[in-house]
Amino acid sequence: MDQSATPPRAVQPLASLTNAGVSRSGRWLVRGVSLTVQPGEIVTLIGPNGSGKSTSVKLALGILDPTEGNASRRKGLRVGYVPQKLAIDWTLPLTVSRFLRLTGPVREDEAKAALAETGIAHLQASELRNLSGGEFQRAMLARAILRKPDLLVLDEPVQGVDFNGETALYELISKIRDRLGCGILMVSHDLHVVMAATDKVICLNGHVCCEGAPHSVAEDPAYRQLFGERASTLAIYQHHHDHTHLPDGRVRHADGTITDDCHPGDGHHHHGHKGHEKHDHA
Amino acid sequence: MLESFFVRALIAGTGVAAVAGPLGCFIVWRRLAYFGDTLSHAALLGVALALLMEINITLSVFTVATLVALALMALQRRASLSADALLGLLAHSSLAIGLVCLAFMTWVRMDLMGLLFGDILAVSKTDIAIIYAGGAAVLVVLALIWKPLFAATVSPELARAEGMNPARADLLFMLLLAGTIAIAMKIVGVLLITALMLIPAAAARRFAATPERMAVMAAAAGILAVVAGLFASLEWDTPSGPSIVVAAMALFLLSLAPIPATQRN
Repeated sequence: MDQSATPPRAVQPLASLTNAGVSRSGRWLVRGVSLTVQPGEIVTLIGPNGSGKSTSVKLALGILDPTEGNASRRKGLRVGYVPQKLAIDWTLPLTVSRFLRLTGPVREDEAKAALAETGIAHLQASELRNLSGGEFQRAMLARAILRKPDLLVLDEPVQGVDFNGETALYELISKIRDRLGCGILMVSHDLHVVMAATDKVICLNGHVCCEGAPHSVAEDPAYRQLFGERASTLAIYQHHHDHTHLPDGRVRHADGTITDDCHPGDGHHHHGHKGHEKHDHA
Repeated sequence: MLESFFVRALIAGTGVAAVAGPLGCFIVWRRLAYFGDTLSHAALLGVALALLMEINITLSVFTVATLVALALMALQRRASLSADALLGLLAHSSLAIGLVCLAFMTWVRMDLMGLLFGDILAVSKTDIAIIYAGGAAVLVVLALIWKPLFAATVSPELARAEGMNPARADLLFMLLLAGTIAIAMKIVGVLLITALMLIPAAAARRFAATPERMAVMAAAAGILAVVAGLFASLEWDTPSGPSIVVAAMALFLLSLAPIPATQRN
């Protein structure tokens, strides 16, 4: 468990999606998604609301079964999951301490350490339902870390966390990656800004629009000025789509044609799909 | 001692309440009150079928409640009607079908009031044996699936992602619910079984710091309600089921009383 950071290698991925899609009552929530997460690698999903980020994450975790394509995970994979939302009934008596032990036993000193790391050591005995949004996110993150996962899956982990806390949590997440050598699959709540330590950004819009490495803002004086001290933990992912999703679900392509659907191989795309790197021309 | 019908009722009621409390906690946490109602109303259909085919009533009620639970789970996945409307539809139609079937069986002399509202006079030694054997089985299985069931109550997706099997825990929980309904029917009657599960759990909520403690306290509150209700039923010649539920409701109201000195935030 106490291994140093392993660089991404071409071993069997922790989790992978191959051209995976989910359809519900005739509508595709997401389609044609391919991604892999290697040990030690941080993969960030971005995209507008309803673009299938959470759905893709659930496919990778095996919570949802793909309608088409494949989803696979390494055998015996240990997962730590921070879901986007938890709806806990107020009648359920659940303290932070108990919540940490929800899916497995945890040593008391490790529980304390994890809560201290996420900045909520004083809340160990508090009822979960009395926490603020930001405190709740920290409790969920502490719980996921405590599992010492091979794969850490974070669905908008810093939602509701204030400006400074966000920076600190991003630093913590990359520290965890270095310490555990785990792979991280993360959904960003921001369309353009991702964690600087991200190795790969995937932009979704019902399908994979484009993917590539983020351009660290730390190197760019203009962004450094814009983000101030946040610059070292955040990065801008700059990308241009070659098509627009219209409100009625149809798609307008760069060449002006409008189609009902959007596929990599439909002849309207010049680039941007199938892993074509397309970023940072800033 | 077991020769007295009242002592038999007390023993049987205590056994039922001890099982109903912990299960009731999950019903409250998971917001399954209406679901529980639907299953218990289907119990009447189970009684009618048992009389028609001359099989054991408890077994028949358990089977029918299980089938209704499975049908509900399947129908909810299709979801053409809202879950709420679906439950209301099934709850009342199974109750109505049960009543109509019973009315057709003119050769059976059945105390309908006792079926609907419970009947302490009807509790036999065999009933006590069934309640305690069945109740012990329910509690043992509940203890075994507690961890995954509780994790699935907090979040099924989290439980699934982290290697648990929430679907299996849910299925077993449905069976436990059906079993509890089958053994509780005689004491509280089909219309009020859910109340015996729900109200003690609600009364225990304020005083419980952990889910396990809430389950134990719900069982204790249920037993208290059964004892008080049965004595009231004997005293004023009221049907046992409603008397127990009224006693439980009184406990719940008591639990709401302000006690600022012992409360901390």
